[in-house]
Amino acid sequence: MAAAARLFLRGANSKLSIAPGSLGTTHAAHFTFQPDPVPSQYGPTQKMNLFQSITSALDNTLASDPTAVIFGEDVAFGGVFRCTVGLRDKYGKDRVFNTPLCEQGIVGFGIGVAVAGATAIAEIQFADYIFPAFDQIVNEAAKYRYRSGNMFDCGNLTIRAPWGCVGHGSLYHSQSPEAFFAHCPGLKVVIPRSPIQAKGLLLSCIADKNPCIFFEPKILYRAAVEQVPEDPYTIPLSQAEVLQEGSDVTLVAWGTQIHVLKEVASMAQEKLGVSCEVIDLQTILPWDIETVCKSVVKTGRLLISHEAPVTGGFASEISSTVQEECFLNLEAPISRVCGYDTPFPHIFEPFYIPDKWKCFEAIKKMINY
Amino acid sequence: MIPQDYLGLAFFSMLCCFWPLGIAAFYLSQKVLQLQQTFDSSLEKPQFPGASAEFVDQLEFIQPNVISGIPVYRVMDRQGNIINPSQDPQLSKETVLNFYQKMTMLNTMDRILYESQRQGRISFYMTNYGEEGTHIGSAAALDPNDLVFGQYREAGVLMYRGFPLDHFMAQCYANADDLGKGRQMPVHYGSKDLNFVTISSPLATQIPQAAGAAYAVKRENTNRAVICYFGEGAASEGDAHAGFNFSATLECPLIFFCRNNGYAISTPTNEQYRGDGIAARGPGYGMLSIRVDGNDVFAVYNATKEARRRAVAENQPFLIEAMTYRIGHHSTSDDSSAYRSVDEVNYWDKQDHPISRLRHYMTARGWWSEDDERSWRKQSRKTVMEAFERAERRLKPNPELLFTDVYQEMIPSLNKQRESLWRHVQQYKENYPLDLYEK
Repeated sequence: MAAAARLFLRGANSKLSIAPGSLGTTHAAHFTFQPDPVPSQYGPTQKMNLFQSITSALDNTLASDPTAVIFGEDVAFGGVFRCTVGLRDKYGKDRVFNTPLCEQGIVGFGIGVAVAGATAIAEIQFADYIFPAFDQIVNEAAKYRYRSGNMFDCGNLTIRAPWGCVGHGSLYHSQSPEAFFAHCPGLKVVIPRSPIQAKGLLLSCIADKNPCIFFEPKILYRAAVEQVPEDPYTIPLSQAEVLQEGSDVTLVAWGTQIHVLKEVASMAQEKLGVSCEVIDLQTILPWDIETVCKSVVKTGRLLISHEAPVTGGFASEISSTVQEECFLNLEAPISRVCGYDTPFPHIFEPFYIPDKWKCFEAIKKMINY
Repeated sequence: MIPQDYLGLAFFSMLCCFWPLGIAAFYLSQKVLQLQQTFDSSLEKPQFPGASAEFVDQLEFIQPNVISGIPVYRVMDRQGNIINPSQDPQLSKETVLNFYQKMTMLNTMDRILYESQRQGRISFYMTNYGEEGTHIGSAAALDPNDLVFGQYREAGVLMYRGFPLDHFMAQCYANADDLGKGRQMPVHYGSKDLNFVTISSPLATQIPQAAGAAYAVKRENTNRAVICYFGEGAASEGDAHAGFNFSATLECPLIFFCRNNGYAISTPTNEQYRGDGIAARGPGYGMLSIRVDGNDVFAVYNATKEARRRAVAENQPFLIEAMTYRIGHHSTSDDSSAYRSVDEVNYWDKQDHPISRLRHYMTARGWWSEDDERSWRKQSRKTVMEAFERAERRLKPNPELLFTDVYQEMIPSLNKQRESLWRHVQQYKENYPLDLYEK
């Protein structure tokens, strides 16, 4: 009976399977997700994982904004990551619909919806596939308001895309392309670390009157579970969050890597007696220079970590600005623990990613500088 | 992987009296059955989801019909005579005179602004010579509330809608009256009031945007349409394919208006495409399409009017390919004698020009005389020159506007950059042309 029930449940449920490892075991993630405390200020909460918190944000939006539409590849049946499950049935096929398989079309169409005054929420199936839309994003969306003297804009556009490593994603299902867009004035780029953050930040992006790109850490879609408020709430953009205070080293990251750094902070405290201040940047563009600099002035040491390749990665922007603003406060060179300058590999992922031991070692070096 | 149909599980569970599981599985099995079509291989019809057509047992490649392509719809002959009276839109004298005056005013403005670039007064210009009919004919067939997405050679649409000469000039001079706040090169016009979305240089980007705008407009239920202009060169861009496909699948009230003027800078059409122009692509997307004589303002008007009516009534896109000829150079940065003969250009200027064809129509009806022509030419030139002189004298916008509208709000980092520029300019002011700009 139990076996029959399991068979039934697996078939009815997700299409995501956990790939068995070569030795027949499943790969554990390189971090453990720790949920944030239950928020009390936003009303009743419900247990949700990351994709469910996204669905909740989208549900709230479709309910309150009659112009809002959600579109992209496969969103109608619920999406390949289940972020839009139930929304088409609830709000209608004119509001939640599939588009042809064409990212430049998805974003171009979304810009047009936004220009006409409606709220456009475009889904790109994987951040790795956002590049055909690069021209529409950089040359059009980002510049619409400026070039028209504020007569036209696409502030009503939000683009969502799954982002970051997932254990087996390889070159084209693991990328973190935030640095390409950080170089584009007029855009906002936002990356949440958890379900509570995701819902609040996504709602802020949707409300924000500038085109926003919202990257969703796909490895957290099922793995991250928190008590998330059912009602809508916003978390401000361009405000970095200090997750834990410390006095010796500032650690900065966003998305999945925050969870790695939280573990690194514990390791540093335990093994080195080093007190780390952990900052979640959340908004990559425009980024909260003040919070990061204030922290580095206090600690004198900065480590920035991201999965994206180190050269030209966003850590280089943070590093450059911090050394301009806090040069005399620095006790050691700023450390970047990032992906290597290679495409994202498949079988070599455990060696590629900026894991906790690499971050730990970097802290050791900074302390002993 | 054989998909679960739950029927087996349902029977087994109910047999063993596990009713909740059995009933649930039975319910799911019915849902699965609904999704599947009934396949009957006894019928000799293709069952493919991707295409519905008959089988054929002769191997034959479909000929792309380039010799006798899609015919060109026209109302007037090259001498301005109506060919089939039932096609004469029978517009009032006032309307037709307005068409003529708008086309000629555009032509006059083009001559003066082209010359002003040659004299170093403005940095760049693009003329509309030969294509005035495509602009005025289509603009007249639209509702003023219809949203227009253009490429860069549609100034006549804006002129028809009443964009003042002063605003054309202000944009070209990038002076303090420019609605665009001096940020773009000349001819990148836009007008919120006239529902003309600001032009951008990248080609064809407006095409999928027009589809999105049309979709939003459809949901508003206000009977508005969207029109999207582009050239035959821009139609090669991926964005064009995207826009056509999206507008058809998403059922958008949209008119695609292709100005096929023979050249994309120096690239002639036989190097741009091998099929039967742009109109032949429409059916490939499931779109109703027509090819018209773009130099016949009535043909353009009739086609656009009918396309608009049906696009809004039926929520589907229409493709109009207006055949015309680019009499002028691509822009002031181009000298087209490098790639085409003067004879070719002269043929179109003298033998098949939208302005002269309409004038012949008017003079045949006694609506326009030589005297009218002379005094109108003089008056329109004077009006343009006056606007030109006003624009010349105007200061440029305040350099503060370099930093605004990047985002809706000013952000701290940009504000710091702004302050740093001002400190710098204060210190090195003699090296910056501050006198030309508003304070």
